[in-house]
Amino acid sequence: MFEIVETRPLARGIKLFVIKAPRIARKQRPGQFVIVRLDECGERIPLTIADADPKAGTVTIVVQAIGKTTMLLSMLEAGDFIRDVVGPLGKPSEIEKFGTTVVVSGSVGTAMAYPTARELKRAGNKVISIVGARSKDLLVLEDEVRAVSDETYVVTDDGSYGQKGLVTDKLKELVDAGGVNYVLAIGPVPMMRAVANLTGPKQIKTIVSLNSIMVDGTGMCGGCRVLVNNSSQFACVDGPDFDATQVNFEVLTQRNNMYREQERASIERLQADPEAELKNLRESNRAHACALEPVEVSHD
Amino acid sequence: MTDKVPSNNPLPNKERAKLPRQRVPEQDPQVRAHNFCEVNLGFPAEQARQESLRCIECPKPGCVAKCPVSVNVRAVIDLILAGDYLGAASKVREDNALPAITGRVCPVEDQCEAGCVLGKKGEPVGIAYLERFVADWERETGQFGSPVSAPATGKKVGLIGSGPASLACAGDLIQMGHQVHVFEALHELGGVLVYGIPEFRLPKEIVRHEIEVLRRRGVVFETNVVVGKTVTIDELMQEEGFDAIFVATGAGLPKFLKVPGEHFNGVYSANEFLTRVNLMRAYLFPQYDEPLYPCKDRDVIVVGGGNTAMDAVRSALRLGAKSASIYYRRTEKEMPARVEEVHHAKDEGVHFEMLVNPVEFFGDEKGNLTAVKCIRQELGEPDDSGRRSPVPIKGSEFVVPCHVAIIAAGTSANPLIQSTTPGLAVTKRGYISASDDTLATSKPGVFAGGDIVTGGATVILAMGAGRKAAKSIDNYLKGLGQSKEEIQEAVQI
Repeated sequence: MFEIVETRPLARGIKLFVIKAPRIARKQRPGQFVIVRLDECGERIPLTIADADPKAGTVTIVVQAIGKTTMLLSMLEAGDFIRDVVGPLGKPSEIEKFGTTVVVSGSVGTAMAYPTARELKRAGNKVISIVGARSKDLLVLEDEVRAVSDETYVVTDDGSYGQKGLVTDKLKELVDAGGVNYVLAIGPVPMMRAVANLTGPKQIKTIVSLNSIMVDGTGMCGGCRVLVNNSSQFACVDGPDFDATQVNFEVLTQRNNMYREQERASIERLQADPEAELKNLRESNRAHACALEPVEVSHD
Repeated sequence: MTDKVPSNNPLPNKERAKLPRQRVPEQDPQVRAHNFCEVNLGFPAEQARQESLRCIECPKPGCVAKCPVSVNVRAVIDLILAGDYLGAASKVREDNALPAITGRVCPVEDQCEAGCVLGKKGEPVGIAYLERFVADWERETGQFGSPVSAPATGKKVGLIGSGPASLACAGDLIQMGHQVHVFEALHELGGVLVYGIPEFRLPKEIVRHEIEVLRRRGVVFETNVVVGKTVTIDELMQEEGFDAIFVATGAGLPKFLKVPGEHFNGVYSANEFLTRVNLMRAYLFPQYDEPLYPCKDRDVIVVGGGNTAMDAVRSALRLGAKSASIYYRRTEKEMPARVEEVHHAKDEGVHFEMLVNPVEFFGDEKGNLTAVKCIRQELGEPDDSGRRSPVPIKGSEFVVPCHVAIIAAGTSANPLIQSTTPGLAVTKRGYISASDDTLATSKPGVFAGGDIVTGGATVILAMGAGRKAAKSIDNYLKGLGQSKEEIQEAVQI
């Protein structure tokens, strides 16, 4: 059982959670993720670690309420429990001195890109961040990103904040100006694909973090397999970071759509009575906490 | 074992051999093909007694010799005849920490029952059903036939993985008086017993009970710990005070066929399909959240001929598949699955297509699987495993519609522990190297057993490894504080 010690709404439908998970807090590195299961009936979903405090024994995740599990999770508050949090999973992002780096992120992807941007900066890189969102009210962690970046550009689809347009518009400007050595892109699949199409032909090292559907997260099931350089790779253990120019984004999109109908049914079920679902979760986790009470054993 | 054991069997030997083998009650095939309830219903007490009467009490029992954990079958049967079912359960537990499980999933036709002398002329004693009977009786009457633990030694052992190897090891180590801490990567305990073997063959409730017995005996369980990621073996030994470690993390990564189209939606590894259905209860969607690509009213094929393939195909049938077929590249004779599982699958309406191999999967514009192209094969020369190798027949390709394809073509070693544990030697196929006699690895204090050493095998073989490891770990712990040579010697025993 994992206690939520703090929550903070960051933007419309996006919420930050600080969770007590000492083992994970101690070991995690930027780019890694956890898998959570909310309660007895919950599914397992991967969520990128946005931050951690090894001393306090906590990890931070940022969640956008888009599916049943993320919606239900977003209803939880400090003092609530998450049944299972496991990690840190996946390979940490590669951090070295590349030179001038551009970190491109879209919407909630910014929370995932932030720790890597911070480490890139620490490693002595020039860090230019391009933070995108559909509109101002979906923008997260702008101040945090600014604090670790040499330059920060905010781009919104509707022009409600920062520059109007797409993150790739700004990226193109930077790339055309020359001197970019490394690009990291984290966000919606179409955005990552557009970045790859832009930087690939220019031979700029470009890394994307893939958000495949996972179950165990340890390589056992193969559900998260993606086509990279035409061979099957497991995002959970071989990734989640991959060379953007090698990724088959079409297959990634297709596989991410695999359970669309069931996802819709689950959301409808939740929305029919969200309070009841929340009550079930809390009762289920309370019952589980009791079952875990230690046993007194006597030896002969 | 001596010849003169007082017997509770009133019948003379030649009468015993004439008794017919008891048939275990089963759910009707037509009914069970549509539910996830257990297929075998188990012996009622009277049938258990009748079956026990058939044992002729061999002076040198072949059943015990053929059991990987050496259960004292003869003594157990005698206690059943005495009506002391709890005593019988305790007797089994002296050698086997998970009797309700092995009584359900052991390949007995190659083990205890293969050693039964009655099998030479007729049918062997139904040993697995008897083992299951005593374990079920114990559980259903709310009793615990646990052996008593030795005085505490103060030594602490970490077991990695909570599958059958680990649980068997835990049972023995706790009895020896050591502290036992089991780490599990998933959220539920039991390893393959909960993510792999379906409810209709091994109800989760039974696994939970066996684990609860171990918990009551003092074993500590911690879920959500991926050793190699969450914590390393070196950290466990150097910072968390573990005196010894047993690595029993199972087989690992699924093998795919490496043919075109395997990325289409609807192509699953058996590991994923079974994990979704069993561990995540996807068959209870939407009450449980984890989704499954729909099998209902659709054509499902399962590629492979082992127990995993049978579990997958029978699960697909229960999920409402229009057709559920086994596609196997050799013939039924070479199939590694238990005979009983194959019979059950056939009775339920599973279609068997032998000597075929998929060469390509086809999908629609959305990337959803629509068909599979296969090639027919014939058997050629025997390969390394002694089985005749299938050879494709040129020009025999055919295409069949299918919406879900489940690949049960085996597994390979998961490198997680090996790659994060300096000093741990591996085989050329990536499994952990361990001594056959002691299961000691190249790293002092670290032992390994089960599928992570042998590659994919059976529950009972993993349990056998767990028991062997417990014995060597006990020897190792007794030698702690001695010289390196002395420890080496102790471990060699």
